[in-house]
Amino acid sequence: MGHLGTPFTASPLVKGGRVAKTTPYPGPEEPRSRRRLSQRANEELWAYIFISPWLIGFVIFTAGAMTYSLGVSFWETNFLNRNEFVGLANYERMIDDELFWKSVRVTFLYTGLTVPLSTMLALGIALLLNQKLKLSSFLRTIYYLPALVSGVAVALVWGWVLDETDGLLNNLLLLVGVNGPRWLGSEEWAVPSLVLISLWGTGTNMLLYLAGLQGIPTELKEAARIDGAGPFRTFFNVTVPLLTPTIFFNVVLNVIGSFQVFDQAFVLTGGGPNNATLTMVKYLYQRGFGEYGEFEFGYASAIAWALFAIIFSFTIILIRSQSRWVHYEGGLRQ
Amino acid sequence: MTSMLPKVSRGRPTPASEIRTSRWARLRPGHWLGRLLLYATVLIGAAAFALPFFWMISTSFKPENEVFAYPPQWIPSTITFEGYTEPWRALPFASFYQNTIVIVVINIVARLFTCSLAAFAFARMRFRGRNILFLLVLVTMMLPGQVTLIPLYRLWSELGLVNTIGPLTIPALFAGQGAGAFTIFLMRQYMMTIPVDLDDAAKLDGASWFRVYWNIVLPMSGPALGVAAIFTFTGEWNAFLEPLIYLSSFENYTVPLGLALLNGQRRLSYSWTMAQTLLSILPVVTIFFFAQRRYIQGIVISGVKG
Repeated sequence: MGHLGTPFTASPLVKGGRVAKTTPYPGPEEPRSRRRLSQRANEELWAYIFISPWLIGFVIFTAGAMTYSLGVSFWETNFLNRNEFVGLANYERMIDDELFWKSVRVTFLYTGLTVPLSTMLALGIALLLNQKLKLSSFLRTIYYLPALVSGVAVALVWGWVLDETDGLLNNLLLLVGVNGPRWLGSEEWAVPSLVLISLWGTGTNMLLYLAGLQGIPTELKEAARIDGAGPFRTFFNVTVPLLTPTIFFNVVLNVIGSFQVFDQAFVLTGGGPNNATLTMVKYLYQRGFGEYGEFEFGYASAIAWALFAIIFSFTIILIRSQSRWVHYEGGLRQ
Repeated sequence: MTSMLPKVSRGRPTPASEIRTSRWARLRPGHWLGRLLLYATVLIGAAAFALPFFWMISTSFKPENEVFAYPPQWIPSTITFEGYTEPWRALPFASFYQNTIVIVVINIVARLFTCSLAAFAFARMRFRGRNILFLLVLVTMMLPGQVTLIPLYRLWSELGLVNTIGPLTIPALFAGQGAGAFTIFLMRQYMMTIPVDLDDAAKLDGASWFRVYWNIVLPMSGPALGVAAIFTFTGEWNAFLEPLIYLSSFENYTVPLGLALLNGQRRLSYSWTMAQTLLSILPVVTIFFFAQRRYIQGIVISGVKG
């Protein structure tokens, strides 16, 4: 546009370097403007071609599948010989289903323990590693490594570490004279064991906190110190507020991830002992994929939607709570 | 910003001498004690995090009779490689690895192409509905996969693709939904930082939009492509729930399924399980070591700016 060099190009009618459609052009300009419009249409066409793989996928695999899933939750079906519309019966069934409530309690207990503990642990490690340390990148690698390991591999390693009689942890405890619990084998310790295992993989959170901490300008901390604030005041009045966006992001991701816990419960405990680790995803898997002898796809879909509703509500609550405790430097908060 | 700072201003600028004093104060014995405590904490913590790895390595080389020794033995008296070789005879581990590699490679190639194409459009082209569609990308990132599990299972079984790699690879041709949405987001963020003038210049020279994407923007998006490739690799290499649902016969199993199967065979020794577990995490760890900087960069871009 710059080559026109007339004041006209700078008028508010021209937006983003492109001529607004309503611009009254004099005669000679007309073919040119039509060419522009067709360029614009060309750009739109190509943009839609470029996003079409994603868009088709979204329509089929996400939007379509979700709609279908909602539909299935009103049916009793195994997709073969049993197809019956049952209305809200699957949801009503949940109310009286003790196993379902057990799975809700297990999932909430797991999430309620994992999210705060892994937040504190990851933040703690990040704060320590953020000090000027020798070997800091080596240490960072060590703390991060477990986060790379697949859920199944994590489960297998910890299954061995937590083995009640021959496991490393109980043997180490025995060396200092403590008789360790039965960990995964006992009803009280099974969920805490899964939490312990999840804490081992907190490396991603730690990296995010570390990045957040390094993003805090040192001048601010210096200024606070010069103004006479001790390390504790600097930490709580400067570092923590500036880190709240990172904490918020991590907590949201952790909550979403924790509610969906499955791999460890499947590989290590199979939901046991006595359903002590029957998480919601484990339960919907058992209902949907035949561990109770039947493929109850309708009921499993209803459970999936219950889980989705829970995750969605918690995410919304967290997003709503932002204005109370998350400090955005850009001044998003009023 | 200033409201965040403690209000203890003394009403005059701090003289330089005071700053000097406080800097000297760091050399007091208390400070050294603090450093010592800091190092002790960090090292003990790191040891605790590394312990399961050492235990896994140590167990994997142990002969049967030493696995259960008390007190725990860190260095086996005789080293055996049975745990590494025997399971390959007992179970078709070679095909587990082959299947996993095929799935991973198809996912990386297909997802990188379709996601970068979409990311290019979202970052550098104008079209109606762009903002709403991008919002849908973000929403997809947050949806729990379990909700679509059963409908998709139905879809794949109607298409006769259950117990093939189809359900685990075909979605990648369509930008791979959940994880793919994340890839689109990551690459779009990166492509936004490349100057648009380059596109305009190429367009003036008569280049097509595809050429702008393929010859200009894509070659400049190396770092983002690298991050996306690494994330896709790790995610697919470690995937469990979906392969578990779709793959039913041994010869089609992926590595995580093979491990779970090995673990299920209780008569097998822990040294076998540990050796195979160790083998299975080796590729991911190796790639992490080679691409550490980029990997961390990717996590930070996606996390802090999200």
